[in-house]
Amino acid sequence: MLREGVVRIPSGCAISGMMNKKGKCFSGEDIIKSIAIMHDRSNGLGGGFAGYGIYPDFKDDYAFHFFFDDDTVKETVETLLNKQFTIIFDEPVPTRKTKAIKDAPIIWRYFVQPKSKMVIQSGIPEEEYVVKFVMKVNSEIEGAYIFSSGKNMGAFKGVGYPEDIGDFFRLDEYKGYIWTAHGRFPTNTPGWWGGAHPFTLLDISVVHNGEISSYGTNRRFLEMYGYKCTLQTDTEVMAYIFDYLMRRQGLSLDVVVAAMASPLWMEINRMDPEKRELVKAIRAVYGSLLVNGPFSILVGTNQGMIALNDRIKLRPSVAATKGDFLYVASEESAIREICPKPDKVWAPRGGEPVIGLLENAQVNYNFAAGENERIAINS
Amino acid sequence: MTLSYLTPAFLIERDNKRCIQCKVCVQQCANEVHRFDEEEGEVLADELNCVNCQRCVVMCPTRALSVRKSPNEFRQNANWTADAIKSIYIQAETGGVLLTGMGNDRPYPIYWDHMLLNASQVTNPSIDPLREPMELKTFLGRKPDSLVIENGKLKEKIPPQLELDIPIMFSAMSFGSISLNAIKSLARAARQEGTFYNTGEGGLHKDLYEYGANTIVQVASGRFGVHPEYLQAGAAIEIKIGQGAKPGIGGHLPGEKVGREVSETRMIPEGTDAISPAPHHDIYSIEDLSQLIYSLKEATNYEKPVSVKIAAVHNVAAIASGIARAGADIIAIDGYRGGTGAAPLRIRDNVGIPIEFALAAVDSRLRQEGIRNQVSLVVAGSIRNSADVVKAIALGADAVYIATGALIALGCHMCQKCFTGKCNWGIATQDPQLVKRLNPEIGAQRAANLLRAWKHEIKEMLGGMGINAIESLRGNRLMLRGIGLTEKELQILGISAVGE
Amino acid sequence: MKRVYAREEFCVGCRLCQVHCVTAHSPYKNDIVKAFKKSNPRPLPRVIVEENRPLSFALQCRHCEEANCTKACITGAMQKDPVTGVVTNDETRCVGCWTCILVCPHGAIVQDERGKKVAAKCDLCSGLKEMPACVQHCPNGALLYQEDESQVRA
Repeated sequence: MLREGVVRIPSGCAISGMMNKKGKCFSGEDIIKSIAIMHDRSNGLGGGFAGYGIYPDFKDDYAFHFFFDDDTVKETVETLLNKQFTIIFDEPVPTRKTKAIKDAPIIWRYFVQPKSKMVIQSGIPEEEYVVKFVMKVNSEIEGAYIFSSGKNMGAFKGVGYPEDIGDFFRLDEYKGYIWTAHGRFPTNTPGWWGGAHPFTLLDISVVHNGEISSYGTNRRFLEMYGYKCTLQTDTEVMAYIFDYLMRRQGLSLDVVVAAMASPLWMEINRMDPEKRELVKAIRAVYGSLLVNGPFSILVGTNQGMIALNDRIKLRPSVAATKGDFLYVASEESAIREICPKPDKVWAPRGGEPVIGLLENAQVNYNFAAGENERIAINS
Repeated sequence: MTLSYLTPAFLIERDNKRCIQCKVCVQQCANEVHRFDEEEGEVLADELNCVNCQRCVVMCPTRALSVRKSPNEFRQNANWTADAIKSIYIQAETGGVLLTGMGNDRPYPIYWDHMLLNASQVTNPSIDPLREPMELKTFLGRKPDSLVIENGKLKEKIPPQLELDIPIMFSAMSFGSISLNAIKSLARAARQEGTFYNTGEGGLHKDLYEYGANTIVQVASGRFGVHPEYLQAGAAIEIKIGQGAKPGIGGHLPGEKVGREVSETRMIPEGTDAISPAPHHDIYSIEDLSQLIYSLKEATNYEKPVSVKIAAVHNVAAIASGIARAGADIIAIDGYRGGTGAAPLRIRDNVGIPIEFALAAVDSRLRQEGIRNQVSLVVAGSIRNSADVVKAIALGADAVYIATGALIALGCHMCQKCFTGKCNWGIATQDPQLVKRLNPEIGAQRAANLLRAWKHEIKEMLGGMGINAIESLRGNRLMLRGIGLTEKELQILGISAVGE
Repeated sequence: MKRVYAREEFCVGCRLCQVHCVTAHSPYKNDIVKAFKKSNPRPLPRVIVEENRPLSFALQCRHCEEANCTKACITGAMQKDPVTGVVTNDETRCVGCWTCILVCPHGAIVQDERGKKVAAKCDLCSGLKEMPACVQHCPNGALLYQEDESQVRA
C-alpha cells in the first residue's frame, strides 16, 4: 500500500491542547488522559503529541527527532548532519515497551547547532538553513524522516492510539508548558509513523482535524517558495502556511488568521474603511493561502498556542480557561476530564481564533486582543 | 467568369400549411433570400445566399420555416470533402484569401470535455450555496511579494487591481467589428454584474464613457482611438499582441464599415479601411513590450493594471514568463478556438494551440519560476459554459474572458459570416437597419442573465467540492481528473487520470 | 390612460405587430394560422407600420383626450369610453362614411371594405386581459404600453 507522500489520505481526528500562560511546566500525563477520552474519534492508525519547554538542558539547540528505517540510512544521515551541523548530544528517544505499539522504526534525537560558517556561506538566515536541511532529508533520503526540528520542543508520534503512543514515548516523564495531542482516523491504512500528527517545522507544530478542499491551491502556492509537501497531508500544508506567513513574511498573528480563515466579504464590507482596505489586500495577496473546507487546528509555537477553525465551522472545537491554564479540544469532555471545573468554557465561532500567548512572549504579534477575545480583525 | 460553380449550402423548408404569407421573413433577411412573388401571391426563397443565421426561423410567427443542410451531395470522398471542393471553387472564382468569422469549427478534441470535477463525500462536507456564503470575488493585477503593515494599517497600497464579482469578463470586441448596441449591451451587463468588458481595438464611443469603471481599453497595433482621455477612461489597459483566431495576423476593418461614428471613434477618415498591422511596429522584442507597458503606466500614473493579450502558440509558456517579467499585471491568453469578426480561414483553422494546454503550461511555468503571484492569468478561446470556467480556474486561471458565448446570449446563431457586415441579429454589422435589431436594454438583460446563471452554477460546483471561496479553486488541479487523455496530455495538464 | 408608445430606434420593421393584431381581432385569438387562413373576412391590422428604412415605427390610434373622430362621427358609432378613455368604433352602427378618417390627425384609422364598409381602428385589444397584442409580441421592445411617455427614449 502507498504511504503518505505518494498518495493523499483524508482523515478525521481528535485534537487536544493545553498550556500554562506563565510558562510553568507540567507533566505530559494530563494531555494523554485528555486525548484518551476521545478514543472513538481515532482508529488506532496514528497518534501523537508535541511538548514545549521539554528540553531545558538543550534549549538553544535544534532538537531533531528522526525516524530511520535501518542503520544504513542512519549513517548516511549522520554524515550529512555532521557536515552541516555540530551535534551537541544525541541518543535514542526513550521508549517504553508496550503491547499496543508494534513495528517501531529506529527513533533517534540529535541536539544540534548549525555550523555558522556554512550558514554565512549559504547567504540565508539560520532558520532558513535549518528548514532547507529538513526539506532535503525528508524529500530526498529514502528511509529517513525528521519529524521534529524546533528548539526546546519536540514531537512524539507513531502508529497506534494516541494514549498508547504517549505511554510508549514515556511522556509522563517530560515536563512542558504547552502540550498538544492528536488521535487520527485516516480513511485508509498506510501505517507509516511519519504520517501521524503533529506535523512540525522548526518550533511550529500543527495538529489538525479536517480535510481541506483548498489543499491543491495551498500546496501549489507554497511550492513556489521552496516548500516540499512530501507527506501530502493537510497538516503539513498548514504548518508551512504558518511558517510562510509568520516567519518568512513576518506578519502578525491577526493577519495570518485573516489570510487563513478570512472574514467573509459581507463582513469585510461592513468594516471601517482602513480595516477594509487591509483585509481586502490580505485576501487579494494571500488568497491562495485561504484554507477552505473543514478544519480545526491547534498550532503550537515556543511563544504560545493558537486554535483556529474554518470560517464556517465545519469541525468542532471547544475552549476553556482555568487560572493560568488554557485548554482547547475537539470535545468538551476532553477538557473536563483533566479540568472538571473550568472558569470559562466556550465554543469559538468559525474563523475566530483562540490565542494563548505566554505572558513573557517576545513576538511580533502586534494584536491587542487577549487570548479569550475575538481577535480584532475578525470582529 | 460566367458560370459560378457554387451551389446553395442550405435548404429552406417552408411548411405551406403554416405559412400565412406575412412576409416577416422577407423583411428580416438581409441576404435577400426570401422574397414575395406578386404574381404567385406567395413567399419564395432562393437559398444561394442563405447563411443559416436562423433569423427567419426564429421570427416566423407560425414556425413555418426550417433550414437544413442542402441535400445536394458531391460524390462521397473522405479526402476531398464538400468543404475542400467548395473552397477551391471560391478561390478559383475570386483569387482571394478565404475569409471566415467566429472561432475554429474543426473537429479537434475539446479538452474541457476530457476533464471531470470532484465533489465531497463523507470525509468533507459539501457546502450548500443557498444556505452558506459562496464567494466569487476575484482580483486581477500584480500582487506584491509581501504586505507592509504597521499598527494594523496597510502602510503601502498594493498595486492597482481589477475587482470582479464573478471571474468572467467580456472579451475584446471592437466598435466596428460589432455594433454599438452590442457593446452597450455588454457594457451594461458588466456594470450590473460587477465585471468588465473590453473595447477591442475600436476606441471608445462617446456613449460608452459612462461605463468607464467597467471598461478595459485596448491598445493594439493600429492604435485606433487611443488618446489621453481614452486611456484614463478605462479601469485597465490591455495591449493586444495577438488573438487566438488569427495568431500572427493583423486586422482589417473594410472602409464600408467605417461610417461617421466608427470614423470618429477610431480617429480615421470616414470610409477608409482600418488596418491593424500584424505586429506592433514599436514592439519587435520583449524589451520593446516592456517599454510600452511602462509608457502606458506612466501615462496613467500607475493607477491602472496593464494587461497583455497574446494568442496561445507553441512557446506560450516562455512568452508569458517574459511578459510577466516585462511588467504586465495581467496576461490574457486566447486559445486557438477563440472567436473573431474576420480571419483568414486557413489561419483560424490551423494556427495556435488549445487554451487548456496553454493555460496549464503557463501556470506551471510561472510557478516554477516563482512569479505566478506577480501576474494574473485570464484565459479565453471558447469558454462555453460554467463548467469550462470552473475547470479553467482549477487549472490555474484567475478569470476567463468570454465573447462568443456573450454574443450567442445576444442572439448570435453562429453562422460565421460576421465579416460580411450583414449580421441579421444586429451584432456584427454597422448597417443602421440591422443594428437597431439589437435593443441594448434586452441585450444587457440577456448578457447579465447569462452571467448570473453561470454564477449560480459555479457556486453549486464549488459547494460540491467543499469550497466556499473561488481563490481556493485557483490552480487546485487536484479537483480535476482526466478522462480519455494520454499520459503525456495528463502530464502537461498536471492532472491525474480518473480513478487515480 | 395607458397608451401604446413606439420607439422607432428599436423598430425593426418586421410587422409582427400586424400579424398579431390581425390574430387578436379574429375569431381565432390563439391560432395565427387559422386566424389568417380561416377568418372570413380576415380582419385588417389596426396598427400601421410606417417605414422609410432605416426608419420605421408602428402607429395606432392615440386614443386622444379630445378625439376628433368621436365628434365627427355621423352615427355615434365612434365613442370614447368615459372610464377607460379607449376610443372604439361600434361596427354595427358604423356606416362607412369615412368622416373619422378625414379628421384623424394621426392617420390611424383604416378603411375596411371587405364586407360591410366600416372604419377599423385600434381598440387597445379591449378583449384581451393583458397588454395589447402588438406590444406583447414586439420582438424588440419597440412598443411600450404605459401611462406616459417616460422610458420611451432609451
